[in-house]
Amino acid sequence: MVLMSGAKALLEALKREKVKVIFGIPGGAILPVYDELFAETDITHILMRHEQCAAHAADGYARASGEVGVCMSTSGPGATNLVTGIANAFMDSSPIVAITGQVPRALIGKDAFQEADIIGITTPITKCNFQVRSAAEIPKIVKTAFYIASTGRRGPVLIDLPRDVQTEEAQIEFNDNVELRGYKPVYDPHPLQIEKAVQILLQAERPVIVAGGGVIASNACQEVIALAELLAAPVATTLMGKGAVPENHPLSVGMLGMHGTVAANYLVQDADVLLAVGMRFSDRTTGNFKTFCPNGKIIHIDIDASEIGKNIKPYIPIVADAKRALQAIYRQLLEKFRKKERSAWLERMWELKRMHEEVVKSNDGDGIKPPALMVEIRKILPNEAIITTEVGQNQMWAALYLKVYKPRTFISSGGLGTMGFGFPAAIGAKVACPNVPVVDIAGDGSFIMTEQDLATSVAWKIPVIVIVLNNSILGMVAQWQRLFYGRRYFAVHLGGIPDFVKLAEAYGAQGIRAQSIEEFRRALKTALNSDVTTVIDVPISSEENVLPMVPPGQDLKNLMLS
Amino acid sequence: MGLEEKTYMISAIVEHKPGVLFTISNMFRRRGFNIESISVGASEQPDLARMTITIKGDESIVEQVIKQLRKIISVVKVSLLDPRVTVARELALIKVNTPDTKTRSDVINYTEIFKGHIVDVAHDSLIIEITGDEDKINAFIELMKPFGIKEIARTGIAALPRGMKSTIME
Repeated sequence: MVLMSGAKALLEALKREKVKVIFGIPGGAILPVYDELFAETDITHILMRHEQCAAHAADGYARASGEVGVCMSTSGPGATNLVTGIANAFMDSSPIVAITGQVPRALIGKDAFQEADIIGITTPITKCNFQVRSAAEIPKIVKTAFYIASTGRRGPVLIDLPRDVQTEEAQIEFNDNVELRGYKPVYDPHPLQIEKAVQILLQAERPVIVAGGGVIASNACQEVIALAELLAAPVATTLMGKGAVPENHPLSVGMLGMHGTVAANYLVQDADVLLAVGMRFSDRTTGNFKTFCPNGKIIHIDIDASEIGKNIKPYIPIVADAKRALQAIYRQLLEKFRKKERSAWLERMWELKRMHEEVVKSNDGDGIKPPALMVEIRKILPNEAIITTEVGQNQMWAALYLKVYKPRTFISSGGLGTMGFGFPAAIGAKVACPNVPVVDIAGDGSFIMTEQDLATSVAWKIPVIVIVLNNSILGMVAQWQRLFYGRRYFAVHLGGIPDFVKLAEAYGAQGIRAQSIEEFRRALKTALNSDVTTVIDVPISSEENVLPMVPPGQDLKNLMLS
Repeated sequence: MGLEEKTYMISAIVEHKPGVLFTISNMFRRRGFNIESISVGASEQPDLARMTITIKGDESIVEQVIKQLRKIISVVKVSLLDPRVTVARELALIKVNTPDTKTRSDVINYTEIFKGHIVDVAHDSLIIEITGDEDKINAFIELMKPFGIKEIARTGIAALPRGMKSTIME
């Protein structure tokens, strides 16, 4: 037991969790913690320009590194500005710990200055949240918060810290035990369920594996590949699973869903056995729930029992860590499996994959076409480069046409679909992985939502590359208006404002405009060799559609190709 | 899904601390689960509370309710109660108009038949305390209606499985 202040206890507890970086913005109700940070040498605090970006940066840091990201803000508006970032991390199961200042205990509930009920507000968007009632509780709460954020199905946890708790002097004891009677994640699969899954897989004629974000989270990418090769099963991924298998692997068929590849959507619908791993059957992934994989027996592996049967009822549910479940299935299969003649099924896969390539080619023509641009970006970037995306057309073009070869190198806002996520996430990813290039594939509509943090990336010398697919329009909204609302374009025109080159320069970043593929190549190479953040403005047509597309709520085979 | 809609009883052991009831009721609201009643009170352990939830829905809904409850960190244990081997009781306080001796003695008679108690007596009204399963309380309330019910307070159902082995889903 050591006598210290709550603020000091917080920093000591964070150091025990090996926290090296905090993304945050100070304010009145968190000042005692910032005062302790003044002399702190083991933790770097990165001053962001908006709390939303602090949360997204922590999220990007977590996804790139696999470790818990930490963000911090003051009470009230600081805390509520974190909310979008917390919700985003919650939807995509990203482990972050958010620390918010709160008004002093005696003022809680009195509608004090900068008071917000952040516990009430974040209850449905955190795995768990805590309001600290005394300084002595801090070590246990911090320990528990990191444990919950980083185990089971990962996710955000919030700690709300009243100002007078930060200044309170107390006898502090650090203890590494976490006792939670109501939280015991199941990691090991039930042997009987594994046996059943193996039986089904042995009989499969047209097997398909779908890998979700859980495969990356549980570090089960090798296991997916091994199983796919053993079974000769095509592997589709969800948006969150992109990177789980190298997309140049012969059995990789890309993303399925609303903007899935032809191959992924058709093969999943035609499968007789679907092995779904670490994914949650989101509506964007399945299309119409009722017509999803109509003749297939679905084996669903997920660490979150509540995902089993929520949207799609599986034939065989397996609640477990993806890695352990896949290893168990592989071991049993290896004993019993006789290589099957699958030439017809694989021939079908090749035929469908060629159709997808045709879509890229049909996009050739005048000006810069986004699918071709994605192929170009891939050619220039090293394989270990981290790609983040904004949300909308830019994101779907990247998901469809920019092949990813390594896990944790594709970071995108999947569940919440947060425009403005990609750029601060890129900052967080770059902090986590300073030696690899980090590129945000952006649209003009998304980038403008968080571009103020160019200031952060320049001031802190965190050089990232932002490629703005600039169509002067909210592209995905315009696409829906074009396809489903009779071209009645409304509230989508952005007027080519601002000039992104000048905007970048105003922040002390580098701005380059690329009007042709040739100029783009030069710009990206310049950016890669630069030690300052670079914004590459790439004007594209506002008439482009992301294709293929399944209209919302329809069968995955109802793909619009043109 | 074509599954039969029924009323299910769920027993949950939860941490006895501020915010737990909010977290749970907020989850029900957000997921659109249709809760018929919730009762909360102390359990056999001082730091744990027992919550009894009755819910209308089909099998797949009740399965989701249980899974979502288990996911909440402050929820320690959730069981689906089998109505055949469960004791379920509710308490109701009913204030009935008794303007004259005739109605007063009628109400007292009915209360005795239902093994209820008169817990408050005023010049022109009585408060009756009655416990039992939901059907019994509903039947008694129906009986009191013609006399003129002024107020009702019901606790919601509290339930425990009989004997030792009693829950369907652990």
